[in-house]
Amino acid sequence: MSSFRIFDITGSALSAQSVRLNTVASNLANADSVAGDPSQVYRAHMPVFKAAAELGGENTPGVRVTDVVQSQAEPDKRYEPGHPLADADGYVYAPKVNVVEQMVDMISASRAYQSNVELMNTAKDLALRTLSLGR
Amino acid sequence: MALDPLFGLHSAALAVQKQRMDVLAGNIANSDTPNFKARDIDFAATLRAQLGGGAQGNEALLKTQSTHLDAQSGADSLAGLVWRVPVQGSVDGNTVDTQIEQSRFADAALHYQASLNFIDGRVKGMLTAITGQ
Repeated sequence: MSSFRIFDITGSALSAQSVRLNTVASNLANADSVAGDPSQVYRAHMPVFKAAAELGGENTPGVRVTDVVQSQAEPDKRYEPGHPLADADGYVYAPKVNVVEQMVDMISASRAYQSNVELMNTAKDLALRTLSLGR
Repeated sequence: MALDPLFGLHSAALAVQKQRMDVLAGNIANSDTPNFKARDIDFAATLRAQLGGGAQGNEALLKTQSTHLDAQSGADSLAGLVWRVPVQGSVDGNTVDTQIEQSRFADAALHYQASLNFIDGRVKGMLTAITGQ
């Protein structure tokens, strides 16, 4: 157990929130990647957060991404017979990524990231002041 | 831990405020974790426990035999850990309100700095006394 447990805790949150930002970026980047086969379509990724007691002791858990799950939503079916990837019936399949939801998720993740950075800064200042006691 | 002769209760207060900041940082880290319940430290109770007195502290057990065990809550134990009552519950069962946690964290950080200042003053005063300049 480190004497600067707060850095472990906020550090775990920073890494978890950046995983979340990465999944949002991946989902938005692939929002328009269509495919001719519904099984080949990109599926939205979502991280699963869990309080991780081992990061800061049982009383003050950090956070950990335990899994990144894929959305089970059925892909959108679009009739585009001229599309080079269209199947025999003239359909292409687009991933069910809700751009608005993803943007909201991104804002939430970046705000959470910011507050944890602020926390880390405060903790660092206090630790430095403690180290320079009596000078 | 008894009252420190040089720093008074500030060394104990510093330790409790640090624990409190750990707990609050854990809350903010888990602000998006489903079913996470926010917690805080009852500062007065924990400080009293650390200084070894008071009702919630580690009162000595009455022992009628020498083989009875001591009921010790070590200096590390968090006697005053309490749950935060949510102002506005959320759908995923999370009770962390980032604004409240941040304000409490600022409060804890300020008190930590205050204790640091007192300790710093004592150290400087002692140094002046020792060097005599």
